[in-house]
Amino acid sequence: MDRRTFLKSTAASALVGSGVSAPAVWSPAKAQARRDTLLVVSESGPNNIDIHGVGTNVPGYEVSWNCYDRLISHEMKTGPNGHPYYDRDKFKPELAEDMNVGPNSVTFKLRKNATFHDGTPVKAQDVKWSLDRAVSVGGFPTFQMKAGSLEKPEQFVVVDDSTIRVDFIRKDKLTIPDLAVIVPCVMNSGLVKKNATEKDPWGLEYTKQNTAGSGAYRVTRWTPGTEVVMERFDKWASGPAPTIQRVIWRMIPSAGNRRALLERGDADISYDLPSKDFAELRENKKLKIVSTPFSNGVQYIGMNATRPPFNDVRVRKAVAYAIPYQKIMDAAMYGLAKPMFGAAANAPTEVAWPQPHKYGTDIAKARQLLAEAGFPNGFETTISFDLGFSVVNEPICILVQESLAQIGIKAEINKIPGANWRTELNKKVMPLFTNVFSGWLDYPEYFFFWCYDGQNSVFNTMSYQSKQMDAFIDGARVAAADGNSADYDKNVRGFVDLAFEDVPRIPLFQPYSNVAMQSNIDGYQYWFHRRLDYRAFTKA
Amino acid sequence: MLRLIGRRLLTALPSIVGVIIVTFLLTRVLPGDPAAYFAGPAATPAAIAEVRTKLGLDRPLPEQFFSYVAGLARGDLGTSLTTGRPVMTELAARLPASAELTLAGLILSFMIAVPLGILAAIRQGSWIDHLCRVLATAGVSLPVFFTGLLLVYVFYYLTGIAPSPVGRIDVFYSPPPSVTGFYVIDALIARDFGALRAALSQLALPVATLAIFSLAPIARITRASMLGVLSSEFIRTARASGLRPTTVVITYAFRNALIPVVTTIGMVFSFLLGANVLVEKVFAWPGVGSFAIEALIASDFAPVQGFVLTMAILYILINLSIDLLYGVIDPRVRIEG
Repeated sequence: MDRRTFLKSTAASALVGSGVSAPAVWSPAKAQARRDTLLVVSESGPNNIDIHGVGTNVPGYEVSWNCYDRLISHEMKTGPNGHPYYDRDKFKPELAEDMNVGPNSVTFKLRKNATFHDGTPVKAQDVKWSLDRAVSVGGFPTFQMKAGSLEKPEQFVVVDDSTIRVDFIRKDKLTIPDLAVIVPCVMNSGLVKKNATEKDPWGLEYTKQNTAGSGAYRVTRWTPGTEVVMERFDKWASGPAPTIQRVIWRMIPSAGNRRALLERGDADISYDLPSKDFAELRENKKLKIVSTPFSNGVQYIGMNATRPPFNDVRVRKAVAYAIPYQKIMDAAMYGLAKPMFGAAANAPTEVAWPQPHKYGTDIAKARQLLAEAGFPNGFETTISFDLGFSVVNEPICILVQESLAQIGIKAEINKIPGANWRTELNKKVMPLFTNVFSGWLDYPEYFFFWCYDGQNSVFNTMSYQSKQMDAFIDGARVAAADGNSADYDKNVRGFVDLAFEDVPRIPLFQPYSNVAMQSNIDGYQYWFHRRLDYRAFTKA
Repeated sequence: MLRLIGRRLLTALPSIVGVIIVTFLLTRVLPGDPAAYFAGPAATPAAIAEVRTKLGLDRPLPEQFFSYVAGLARGDLGTSLTTGRPVMTELAARLPASAELTLAGLILSFMIAVPLGILAAIRQGSWIDHLCRVLATAGVSLPVFFTGLLLVYVFYYLTGIAPSPVGRIDVFYSPPPSVTGFYVIDALIARDFGALRAALSQLALPVATLAIFSLAPIARITRASMLGVLSSEFIRTARASGLRPTTVVITYAFRNALIPVVTTIGMVFSFLLGANVLVEKVFAWPGVGSFAIEALIASDFAPVQGFVLTMAILYILINLSIDLLYGVIDPRVRIEG
């Protein structure tokens, strides 16, 4: 021991001894509680623990996922990084013990022994009421149900107390997957109805703060903005009993402190640190880091295809050749993302999304294209980004700005506050911007339907319009519903090729969902919603 | 006395009405559309319109204003969209957190800054005067988030002396049953010494951060005010009469120098209560400042309005109590009606 460490340790122990602010000495009972508890830290917490609520935020989805059951869920498989990853194509029963898909409907048999947290048995009437609620309350839940052609309460039919049938209104490959997302959760209809009022027939006020489900966990304490405490529901019938007895989820706004908590071993798991922190944590190997590419998600540079100068495809291509792709990967993402650029010139187009495009950084070619389009000296424009995700967006925009200056395009950076970002997107007037989109349902046509289709949804941020594109997207959706795979492949290749040829948006990379945990924590699973599933975690 | 307080409160009414109108209008002209924000990531224009109707944001401004004022009259400040709870409940839960932190910080800072200021004034130009100047300069020039993070880094991350910066109480302690909302006092009332210790240890670093920051104005004002009083004639008389130096300084000089100091403390307190957002952020402290900022970022109107209103009322109350304190400190000061 040298002098310095000696001084440090004696100073520290002297202070601990005097008890100024030493953490409490653990009693055996407390140590046991620590072992049974999963301590999660993240930047923000839920504003509503019912996913059907008005404006429920993404952290609220995590509570819903763990405290409510759905009829069906997904099996796990091994993901691209060797860790458990949800299997898009394989469903497993959750509240239902059996699923029978017919040509015009699907029938579910419910588990006989399943009960809600208050002990009432789960009946088909509860399921119907819950699904009716999802398609009726409006806003996000209703919208998500529509994505799977689940639109009217008449579609949900109670056959008997433990059998429920869902009728199809049209053939749609996404109907079954849409029953396994977070929204169609099953609620204790009796309990919620008791707390409903005339003004609030669906009892949204009650479920906003109380869990009324049959899921593996239930919320026992919730202080908005501070913590959520969830206890295991020991009579959970829809799967193997979870080993974590209690989950304490604390909101720690400072990223530096979240990292310190992890490194000191005080927190068990965290998932929203800046890429730089994850890259460094991965280096020093004390913690377990799992990085998984966002399913069906891409960060991109978008250009407004309806207004000059970006309505000219040559200008868009010039920009695509002027993006400093590799620099963005290194300096903005610290390598924690999957590149979506620089495919080999002869690489065939795959029936998959996302996939890399063939553009690379080539300033000479960019200049030439710009000159052909009639802008030999470039032009002035603005590049906008969402300040809510400035850790990623700001360096990207600065790098793009620098690079565009080389071909004469002077782009001024326009920072837009998070609350304002969606409003600005909806106006569809921003000439140049960076954004990210990822779809819950992992199908190429789902992504393209939102982002490239002529119906011009809020995610077609470029206002891109192409009859040919719409025909490919429709073709793929019809072929998928009919199970015609040759036709499906042709259409998917068609829209991917067209998207890269017309390049209204330039894919940069597939972001990673990064999770850091202590080495004694096991059982992390990647889900399409990218939130944690506590049911699978174990703590050694 | 009571009539005086009543009259003072009455004169404050117009400013409160002004604050209500201005915050209402300001929140409406802010860029950002709460409906678009809360309609979720996959909303169509129709879904956004639906949310807007639900939030009552499609109604004309005067109508929205009158329903807001009608709510206020019933003591209803509206509901926060970001936390999903009534603003009143949120503020009632968070104000004690901010107040506990700020008060503790101010007391600590008072205990250091006032003696330091007095000593600096008595020994003008000595090392203690320089120390006072250096501390004050460092205190104001170091941003609070920096001091906070530095303290966390040294005392938690490197040495592990301080507990983890996870808010008001350690994760494995439950907060004591709420009586005053101040964890330290509540823990004492409940005789829960484990919780008391946990609450105190969580307070240590944020309180130190705040104290370092608020040290400067108090120390400087104490020094300046003491210098002024010490050079006045009655002090010379007191000294000439052979009174003990401590009696001269504490009983005669300090009491007379106290008025500007109390004024400054009042200012610093009301300022810190709302403005220590950064300290709250660094230490995950569930206070009013961070609540208001988060609401502002999400263009969540009701909490912002509620916050400004509460702050205005607090400011009025603090000023009133300081004015009353003047009379206690110096009987010559009388508040005119």
